[in-house]
Amino acid sequence: MSVRSASLRFWRTRRGQTRKASLAVLVILLAGSTLVLIPFFWMISTSLKQASQVYLSPPIWFPNPPQWGNYVQAVTRVPFHLYAWNTAIIVGLVTIGTLLSCSLSAYGFARLSAPGKNFIFMLLLSTLMLPGAVTLVPTYLLFNALGWVGSFLPLIVPAYFGSAFFIFLLRQFYLTIPRELEEAATIDGANVYQIWWSIMMPLSYPVLATVVVFTFVGTYNDFFTPLIYLTDESKRTIAVALSYFQGSPRIGPQMHLLMAAVTISIVPPLILFVLAQRYFVRGIVMTGIKG
Amino acid sequence: MDTPHPQPRIAVQHRTRRISRRRRIEAINAYIFMAPAILGLLFFTLGPMVASFLLSFTDYNILTDPGWNGLANYEKLFSDKLFWQSLKVSAIYSIVSVPLGLTVALGLALLLNHKMRGILFFRSVYYLPTVISGVGVAMLWRWLFNGDYGIINILLRGVGIRGPNWLFDETWALVALIIASLWGVGGTMLIFLAGLQGIPQELYEAAEIDGAGRWRKFASITLPMISHVTFFNLVLGVIGALQVFTDAYVITGGGPNNATLFLSVYLYRHAFQYLNFGYAAAVAWVLFLIVLALTLLVFKSSPLWVYYESERPGRN
Repeated sequence: MSVRSASLRFWRTRRGQTRKASLAVLVILLAGSTLVLIPFFWMISTSLKQASQVYLSPPIWFPNPPQWGNYVQAVTRVPFHLYAWNTAIIVGLVTIGTLLSCSLSAYGFARLSAPGKNFIFMLLLSTLMLPGAVTLVPTYLLFNALGWVGSFLPLIVPAYFGSAFFIFLLRQFYLTIPRELEEAATIDGANVYQIWWSIMMPLSYPVLATVVVFTFVGTYNDFFTPLIYLTDESKRTIAVALSYFQGSPRIGPQMHLLMAAVTISIVPPLILFVLAQRYFVRGIVMTGIKG
Repeated sequence: MDTPHPQPRIAVQHRTRRISRRRRIEAINAYIFMAPAILGLLFFTLGPMVASFLLSFTDYNILTDPGWNGLANYEKLFSDKLFWQSLKVSAIYSIVSVPLGLTVALGLALLLNHKMRGILFFRSVYYLPTVISGVGVAMLWRWLFNGDYGIINILLRGVGIRGPNWLFDETWALVALIIASLWGVGGTMLIFLAGLQGIPQELYEAAEIDGAGRWRKFASITLPMISHVTFFNLVLGVIGALQVFTDAYVITGGGPNNATLFLSVYLYRHAFQYLNFGYAAAVAWVLFLIVLALTLLVFKSSPLWVYYESERPGRN
């Protein structure tokens, strides 16, 4: 009896505490969100202004009427559809390559033993610390010798050869998965490839989703690589094209058009993130079995 | 056909051979799994690395064939005031922005791990800046930090503070870049959040039954259980901070008066503006050695504070 009433009291106070904590969390999160969102709001507000309204003090927060035409101008003064298509091809192929090559390698590093494995892993990790600039010139010369400069290949092909960043992330995650699942599968006759594909891949959905988000965002926003390799204007990606708007007489000096272009450019990664959120939730449900 | 089933009668005799055969098969599988990483290492990292190391002892400038000039690049480097300036800028930036970023990211992740209605919305909001990092957001920051018409100074004016001319002020330009980096803390936060959600709830329930308070649960369960995530974020944070380029290049261009001349910007100038590729390779190698030393330090300290579940005694 006494145990039961004690536990009842316990749950009551706990619930009360949780509610109070929730309110505090909500207030902090709301305040922080405002800070995060103001720049976006300012960007969209600027993108909907007339040229004469941009540099006004005090500022106009809600331009009336909103100049939706700015967006039309931002995408029609330049061949925006072309940039979007180029970006889609590169981002898509890079994401697929990164997912496959990194999860494969990570599983090898996390679970299988082979002579020299730890040495290779340490080497790989030190490349994580390698400033990109160190390999830049020789890599450029390599792609030049292959005749790939000017094509999408220098941007896409390296993704199929793993990325230390994501291999490390996936390996760290695989290490936290209890071995019992794999041992059970081995007893049932599964080979390592089946274990990788049917056990590790589904279990690592949250991390794989993170890899997709990071790869997509990284590739989509990558500025330096396409700038170097895509010499032809018709092959430009959105990020590179965006950088040219600043200096281009057609868009650059007009802050409202520039902000309209920036706003359009954030839509694809935004959509991906909304979609990927579901994968996070699903992954969490699936990993809920461990313990 | 081939039936690999063991013959019970000769099992003892063949055990060692079978184990070594199994080892060999596992090793072959391991190399197949690791093949992308190994080939990538050779073709896109180690090969180019060796090449750039050799380049750092030459006067290569892309236009003419490289000529050997020994340690001249490194000697020039250490007597270059701008090199020391860039070292200082990168050091200040890293020392301030990495711990600050990790703390903010973990704090946000803890808040966003709270079970509450609308939490998914908040997660999206805080991740938003990371999603658009790059050229777009750099251009946005230029506009936000505008001394006269930028929203930051407009808001500061609203509360009676006269904001500095951020990007054109030698003191405030670096502060502006640190603020910009904090805004993009969402990636780190997301990795923390994934780590937090991997913690079994039973641990907290057990601790609560034992009478543990909120702080005690955080210190004894949360921190150890996400230590591998913290480790990952710390390593990447240091490496990332020492290699910041896009923001520094697009937002301030290294200015004003080299106040935001990051190592990477210094290197970029020598490589792509002055075409001193040999010299740039030397800068890159110094940068790499610094990054390597710092990361080794973190790695060496990791057994003291990083915990892996599959390394728990009795689990293997």
